[in-house]
Amino acid sequence: MKSIGCLGLIALAAAAIAAWPAGAQEQQLTIASAGGAWQAAQHNAWYTPFAQKMGIKFNEEETSAGMARVQAMVQAHNVTDDVVTVDTAQVLAACDSGILVRLDWSRIAPRDSFLPGAARDCGMGLDVYGDILAYNTDVVKSNPPTSVLALFDTKRWPGKRGMQKIATNNLEWALEADGVPPDQVYKVLATPQGVDRAFAKLDTIKHDIVWWQAGAQPPQLLASNEVVMTTAWNGRIQNPIDHEHAPFKIVWANEIIEYDMISIPKGSPRLDLAYKYLAYVAQPENNARLGVFIPYGPVVKDATEFVPKDTLPKLPTAPDHMKDALPIDMEFWADYGQDLTKRFNDWLAK
Amino acid sequence: MLLVAPLFVLLLLSFCLPIAALLARAVYDPTMHDALPRTAAALDGSRNQDVPDDAVFAAFGEDLLAAKQNDSLYNVAKNLNNLLPAARSHVLRTARGLSLDKPLTRAELTTLDPFWGDSQTWSAIRNGVPPFTTGYLLAAIDLRWTPAGGIGPMPPNQAIYRTIFARTFAIAAGVTLITLVLGFPLAWLLANLSGPTAARLILLVLLPFWTSILVRTAAWTVLLQRSGILNELLLGLHVTDHPIDLMYTRTGLIIAMTHIQLPFTLLPIYSIMRTISPSQMRAAYSLGARPFAAFRRVYLPQVMPGVTAGCLLTFILCLGYFITPALVGGPADQLIANFISNYINTDLNWQMAAALSFILLALTLGLFAAFARMFGIDRMKLV
Repeated sequence: MKSIGCLGLIALAAAAIAAWPAGAQEQQLTIASAGGAWQAAQHNAWYTPFAQKMGIKFNEEETSAGMARVQAMVQAHNVTDDVVTVDTAQVLAACDSGILVRLDWSRIAPRDSFLPGAARDCGMGLDVYGDILAYNTDVVKSNPPTSVLALFDTKRWPGKRGMQKIATNNLEWALEADGVPPDQVYKVLATPQGVDRAFAKLDTIKHDIVWWQAGAQPPQLLASNEVVMTTAWNGRIQNPIDHEHAPFKIVWANEIIEYDMISIPKGSPRLDLAYKYLAYVAQPENNARLGVFIPYGPVVKDATEFVPKDTLPKLPTAPDHMKDALPIDMEFWADYGQDLTKRFNDWLAK
Repeated sequence: MLLVAPLFVLLLLSFCLPIAALLARAVYDPTMHDALPRTAAALDGSRNQDVPDDAVFAAFGEDLLAAKQNDSLYNVAKNLNNLLPAARSHVLRTARGLSLDKPLTRAELTTLDPFWGDSQTWSAIRNGVPPFTTGYLLAAIDLRWTPAGGIGPMPPNQAIYRTIFARTFAIAAGVTLITLVLGFPLAWLLANLSGPTAARLILLVLLPFWTSILVRTAAWTVLLQRSGILNELLLGLHVTDHPIDLMYTRTGLIIAMTHIQLPFTLLPIYSIMRTISPSQMRAAYSLGARPFAAFRRVYLPQVMPGVTAGCLLTFILCLGYFITPALVGGPADQLIANFISNYINTDLNWQMAAALSFILLALTLGLFAAFARMFGIDRMKLV
């Protein structure tokens, strides 16, 4: 009797062990995103309600490696991420290189229900955000900057400025600061002379720059007075203003507008569930919900009516924020990104 | 012999083999060879350095179409772009316009895009197609294959690695020297104290030694930043009237690295000093030696093995520093390990990462050999 009970227990344990991983695999969707306030907002707006609806769990990874992580996984034939969020500038190149699933839009939502350029072959827009300038009102009291281009004016605003360690945005702003109108920026940047001109402008402030890499850094740089002003993603500055009464201020003129994208790596172990998640986020009322937690706008056309009233004036696309705004040109960065990034890294090392 | 065999096997499998496999990537890159097999074969026949004939163009056209279908086209474009800036969009654009119907001719392709009629283009393809390449190793020391077929310097705005290697070795040497100057008297003090004071002081050295390097680096960030403890102190004492920039500077980096490396230099020196009896110095004095002469001729020769061991340890560890320069240093203070990490994690150019690692390993081993020859490896006391 005793031995039978013992055997039974062992059998039960063995069955549980055998069943456990399989069960866990079906129940879990792994998402890799950029962390910080943005991922927290996604968690509240999308992961939790979707998980409840489907009876699954989310396995959240935080990474700033972006496409490199995906490429390493796909090349090693060991893909563990089911969905990944991607920078706009990377998604086209990654699509060409064949490491992302070419999306079947019949499983998500009609392509024309998205804002122009937000429904890509390998990436679906999640939200609209702005690359903006922010400063600490405790430090800059009089004569505050009125445009992102104040970055390049070290006479009027001396001191260190925070900028993202990336070629994208910085080269556009350098040209704008050098007198190129926003609608001409990509035309000029496509010529070797234009690139030289952008780097020459960056040279003038090279020693005044503190480079940041993670989106959570700019508010820290401002809070610790390490910089007088910094570029940032608008939500990362708005959230501390709204929730922690941080003395920060956003400068919108000459902002650059981008989409956050989501993609499925080729070989994603739970493709079906990944598609269901994309379809869930693409529903207008769901897409707008992110705005409750971070002031990023929806990418689905019909979602605007669901955006909370007090979020609308904080969005990068609010009418009075659009002065000299520049939408990022994804095709340009897909074509020239590799060369410009190399040149930027070499310039940085000098 | 049998006793160390398991360790030896483990070392071979988990250390030597992966390193060898990674280093092999510096010279082995089959991407273009695998994606353009017909072109590779066709080019093999012609030794001519100029734009090839129709046969090669036909093979190239077939390869491009095949590559387009199996998703390897982008990697071809990317690799070629590494050899020839701006090549990427030419490859992708050309492939978009190709059709299967008829073989490609030289005339067609060169009118479609003059890029394909340029001898530079074909020089880059010739260099990229063989699976074994020396291009990455050359690039790691700012050299390249010129279109004429010889070895020449990189264009000045791309030649960065010699500077970075020099910077890495200079910072490593500087930190080693500072830890020696700070560590030697401290080691002497510790070795000649006895009882609870010595134990307490040793604990002060060892406590940070046991703390994670990341934690210590983060702590230096708190200390060094503009509104950090050090600047507040200096401002409070009216040493300066405006905060000094220490974060993201060379000075801050050297301070943080020196702190982290101090125990590595100090401990080997200390362990030797403990074995030297104070009576030896007294004997030297009694035989008429002045204090400095006694130190130089009796004490120093005996502690030298510890000094060389400690310095070598610190120097070699400094060469591989990564996290501290990334967090405390500015862009002009990044060491070679930061570039290797960037190539592995961000650019996914593992060939270049392997080439830089290879050069770093070769320089380190060379230096170690010179050091061992100068001071004698058997006389070095590493523990």
